[in-house]
Amino acid sequence: MSVLVDNTTRLIVQGITGREGTYHAKGCAEYSKQFGKDIVVGGVTPGKGGTTHGGWPVFNTVEEAVKATGANATMIFVPPPFAADGIMEAVAAELPLVVCITEGIPVLDMVKAWTVVKDSKSVLIGPNCPGVISPGKAKIGIMPGRIHKEGSVGIVSRSGTLTYEAVHQLTQRGIGQSTAIGIGGDPIIGTRHIDAIRMLNEDPQTEAIVMIGEIGGTNEEAAAEYIKANVTKPVVGFIAGQTAPPGRRMGHAGAIISGGEGTAESKMAAMTAAGIHVVNSPADIGETMARVLGL
Amino acid sequence: MKIHEYQAKDILRKYGVPVPEGEMVTTLEEADHAAKQLFSAGNPVVVVKAQIHAGGRGKGGGVKVTKTLDDANTASKAILGMQLVTHQTGPQGQKVQRLLVEAGSAIDRELYLGIVLDRATSKLTFMASQAGGMEIEEVAAENPEAIYKEAIEPALGLQPWQARNLAFKLGLTPAQINPAVSFMLGLYKAFIETDCSLLEINPFITTRDGKLAALDCKINFDDNALFRHKDLKELRDVAEEDPLEVEASKDSLNYIKLDGSIACMVNGAGLAMATMDIIQYSGGSPANFLDVGGGANQQQIEAAFAILLADPNVKAIFINIFGGILRVDVLATAVVAAARNLNVTLPLILRLEGTNVEEGRKILADSGLKYSVGETMAEAAKLAVEAAKA
Repeated sequence: MSVLVDNTTRLIVQGITGREGTYHAKGCAEYSKQFGKDIVVGGVTPGKGGTTHGGWPVFNTVEEAVKATGANATMIFVPPPFAADGIMEAVAAELPLVVCITEGIPVLDMVKAWTVVKDSKSVLIGPNCPGVISPGKAKIGIMPGRIHKEGSVGIVSRSGTLTYEAVHQLTQRGIGQSTAIGIGGDPIIGTRHIDAIRMLNEDPQTEAIVMIGEIGGTNEEAAAEYIKANVTKPVVGFIAGQTAPPGRRMGHAGAIISGGEGTAESKMAAMTAAGIHVVNSPADIGETMARVLGL
Repeated sequence: MKIHEYQAKDILRKYGVPVPEGEMVTTLEEADHAAKQLFSAGNPVVVVKAQIHAGGRGKGGGVKVTKTLDDANTASKAILGMQLVTHQTGPQGQKVQRLLVEAGSAIDRELYLGIVLDRATSKLTFMASQAGGMEIEEVAAENPEAIYKEAIEPALGLQPWQARNLAFKLGLTPAQINPAVSFMLGLYKAFIETDCSLLEINPFITTRDGKLAALDCKINFDDNALFRHKDLKELRDVAEEDPLEVEASKDSLNYIKLDGSIACMVNGAGLAMATMDIIQYSGGSPANFLDVGGGANQQQIEAAFAILLADPNVKAIFINIFGGILRVDVLATAVVAAARNLNVTLPLILRLEGTNVEEGRKILADSGLKYSVGETMAEAAKLAVEAAKA
């Protein structure tokens, strides 16, 4: 099964004619082609409708693109000042899956966009995220496909390179992944740990879960409570930022301990109390998962 | 982005929020002039306030209440140029280069108002409390019921009834309710129109003659929104920031200085934090957080090296790269060039993985550069800790 993305995905790229949009549209197409199908069906760049780019048709609006291509997912590379608008446009076109890669969207823009997303049928991944990959099927995002291996471990993480690190440790030990979801490093994101874990828990292909969090907010604590009550699949967890000073933003807009909230200590305690196998060192994620799976 | 109290108060004035009359000064002559004016305008009390970005200024001796011009000048002399130490500055303190000379207020009650993002609901929250003048974090931890909250619907904004709810809960007098509502609506408008990430009035005071005022004000702006506020960008005071962090920001590097001895250069914020963690876990201490990002080029890598080397505490450099968008061969070429140009002699420990890793390793091996390689993050961290202790 896997979740969110597979070979039934029909992907459009908002901002397809930009440098990043072009590069990663190709990356997603090439990855899925290895498994028999190009999932990219077109792109959107206002004002460039009617042209083609990299062999794909370009449309002026998301609505037109969906109508013409039957797209069911979008990947957003629109620059930060316009990205929240791009998210709202995708939601209005009722795309089931909206993946926003863009980093640097103003918080108040996302406060506004969230009011639209939360009452919609769309699932928003990100913003400020690497995207989603179901190894052996398809990817929507900027992650390097070849480090992945198809299998049964689901991953959810706020960080890009730290997700790659976890994937790499698993693949090296011969442990494959069902779906890896990069939920993003911003203070306001569409899909949170709790939502991703619910999806992975309900997915028959997923037998175990890696949950990677970081300082800031209380989403990991909320997910830990959900896991305690609902998840029987084993979960291995890590929190980045155990040595981060309070009050400083550690790269990600959302990675900040403020008002006494969002410490690594609090998250690790909640996760341990929920029965999650919490590792102190990021180098122990793969090994711990192998042990938990009895490998 | 942080700004000074006097800048925050200037913004409040524009939004019709009452603040005490005052003037920012940078010399003793200006301070004398400002105090003289305030006394001769009939103010019985003049307050001299150190302007630094850290909180806790009063406890550190950076705020003085004076009743004569002589006292005001003595206070200015004591504070201007002092190395002010508060719980937020660290033991080295922060040099005071600006003063706010302000009319004193006859305080009746000290209250608190604040606007923050509530990450759990993805909405802004307006907070009010009768426990003004205290750290709101302490109030939240010890007595959370003492903080009244109103969640703001983004499409509607703060509504007058919500402000009224808070005003009554603060126990304001009937005559103070409407001014308090205007006060709060003004704060909300300022927050939205200037893209704040935090706005706090602490204390929000009532005076003995029943008036309201923002006695102190803290404003942080959302860095991601500064592109649409050219005027606000100019309020940045780089003298208040760590010089190495200012240098790093010029090259769009995400750098935060810490106290340890192992410098780190990493791509990605999560991996950068995890690298700091594994250094500590391995018995060392990180000298910094540094995310060179996904699109780092030669110039940025060289700038990053220069910044890491400028920290006198650094005993070893740990480069941890998981190439995704950033290709390892590009990184390796940049590292070799930078190490040569800057004549790096400190132990260099590398851990490279991901896109074009083989090419990257070959470039390093052929360069004649002295370095050690950890095959895994754990091994590399161990090498770095040993090198820093040697």
